[in-house]
Amino acid sequence: MILAVASGKGGTGKTSISVNLAKVLGVPVQLLDCDVEEPNAHLFLRASLVCEEEISIAVPKIDAAACNACDECIDFCQFNALASFCGAPLVFPELCHGCGGCTLVCSRSAISEESFRIGTVRTLVDGNITLNSGCLDVGVSLASTLVHAVKARQQDGVTTIVDAPPGTACPAVATLRGVDFVVLVTEPTPFGLNDLKLAVDTVRELRLPFGIVINRVGIGDDRVHRFCKAESIPLLLEIPDDRRIAEAYSRGELTVEALPEYRAHFAHLWQAINQHAAVMP
Amino acid sequence: MKELVILSGKGGTGKTSITASFAMLAQRPVVADCDVDAADLHLVLAPTLRERHEFISGHQAIIMAEVCCNCGVCLPECRFDAIRPPAPEDGHDTYWIDPTACEGCGVCLKTCPMDVIDFPERRCGEWMISDAVCGPMVHARLGVAAENSGKLVTTVRREARRIAEQGDHPLIIVDGPPGIGCPVIASVTGATQVLIVTEPSVSGEHDMERVLALTQHFGIATSVCVNKWDINVEMTQRIEAIARQAKAKVVGRIRYDASVSQAQIQERAVVETSCPCAQDIREVWRELDLQ
Repeated sequence: MILAVASGKGGTGKTSISVNLAKVLGVPVQLLDCDVEEPNAHLFLRASLVCEEEISIAVPKIDAAACNACDECIDFCQFNALASFCGAPLVFPELCHGCGGCTLVCSRSAISEESFRIGTVRTLVDGNITLNSGCLDVGVSLASTLVHAVKARQQDGVTTIVDAPPGTACPAVATLRGVDFVVLVTEPTPFGLNDLKLAVDTVRELRLPFGIVINRVGIGDDRVHRFCKAESIPLLLEIPDDRRIAEAYSRGELTVEALPEYRAHFAHLWQAINQHAAVMP
Repeated sequence: MKELVILSGKGGTGKTSITASFAMLAQRPVVADCDVDAADLHLVLAPTLRERHEFISGHQAIIMAEVCCNCGVCLPECRFDAIRPPAPEDGHDTYWIDPTACEGCGVCLKTCPMDVIDFPERRCGEWMISDAVCGPMVHARLGVAAENSGKLVTTVRREARRIAEQGDHPLIIVDGPPGIGCPVIASVTGATQVLIVTEPSVSGEHDMERVLALTQHFGIATSVCVNKWDINVEMTQRIEAIARQAKAKVVGRIRYDASVSQAQIQERAVVETSCPCAQDIREVWRELDLQ
């Protein structure tokens, strides 16, 4: 089972739920941290680093001697990664998406490709949990490619939990595509419901089965509960607003370790996920 | 004209709530909601819509099934795994392109020997100009699973600047997105000042360091404030020390306040209510010294 934990709103508890769930399962679990702009899963594990791989994309390299400044490559590029300058074009690798199109359109074979680093994928192990964590280099804009690199490390036959980035834009969509089930984490507030609706639209567009977890129940009102009921969306778990959880989290401690009475919540969540994943098309 | 951008790195630290309060405290601001794929500012600033515009950006590749001969030459050329083989059981009699994976690069058009790939402009969402209680507001909504969030952010900021210039508004306040990627970069380039709102946790510290590195990379004056500081005093002190070391200005602390959600439910900015933390937000605003 490949399970993604996502949300619309940031800060609802995706990483917390992903890591706590991985901890209580008691079987080998692969945890993929696809929040490559701000990966946090590793902060909650006492994990040892197994390896760190540099991830690059192929960006254009212009042979000025062969270039006749026809500007075909500049006209082709959809991302403004090539710009006109006196003579051979200037390359802006931070804007390049690595599509390779410029090399195809150049009639003078003046464009080859070279590596441009966008970030890393680290592999860490903490007991039963193998964590693959993507980390985008600061200043690089292309998060989705790094998300794909993290997901490429997924192993068949191992229970996989994917920690998604917040929101519903390209990096979140890249994370969610192809998973078996999505848990959407929200909070019972106006911002929580507003962003949850956007996330629900997104997972429906991607045709993925999903359920909802409401975190910090008690801080707002029952609008999210009513939404779930009205939309017939399974409510998989409710976590109460408990300051002790926030305090443990702030110290980098797992809820299920600092407050063992919550282990049952996560065991129940896993059961509910499997139950709903089995029946949903 | 000054432009303050509110970022966090980590999501959920309180950017939008604080932006709304600053908008109410400021003199004649223009407000821009650049968290385009999860916009919430409109929920507490009561905007009345004046203009709505389609956001058309980039292109999408579409294989014209009625003339595609299924040669499959396009599939291996796509570096984004967007081209899929025929799947008649799903209604795809020919090779087809997953619109949520297509980056709109145009490579498949060049490689198709039969020229059967269409490349229409992509409607990625919409942007709006509204009148909020505090003044003009520019906001947007990215389409479901859409691309080009960075370009939509750029559009929102450009319109906010245009309105500020035309109406002689002295300040633009921008509610930024979480993270450090494309939409965040689009929201800060050229800004006067960034305020990083963080929380006193290991995640808050980790993520703040990365967004601080980003603002320094762009050479933008940066301030930091810790929201919900009393959840962990030690972490608050650590974060403030890190900020100072990185030459960012520490502009205050905001206490954890359970009544903030009630203000949100009442659709009001925190400083319009009697929430205890309203006083802290006012002090941070004073410390920022923008007006």
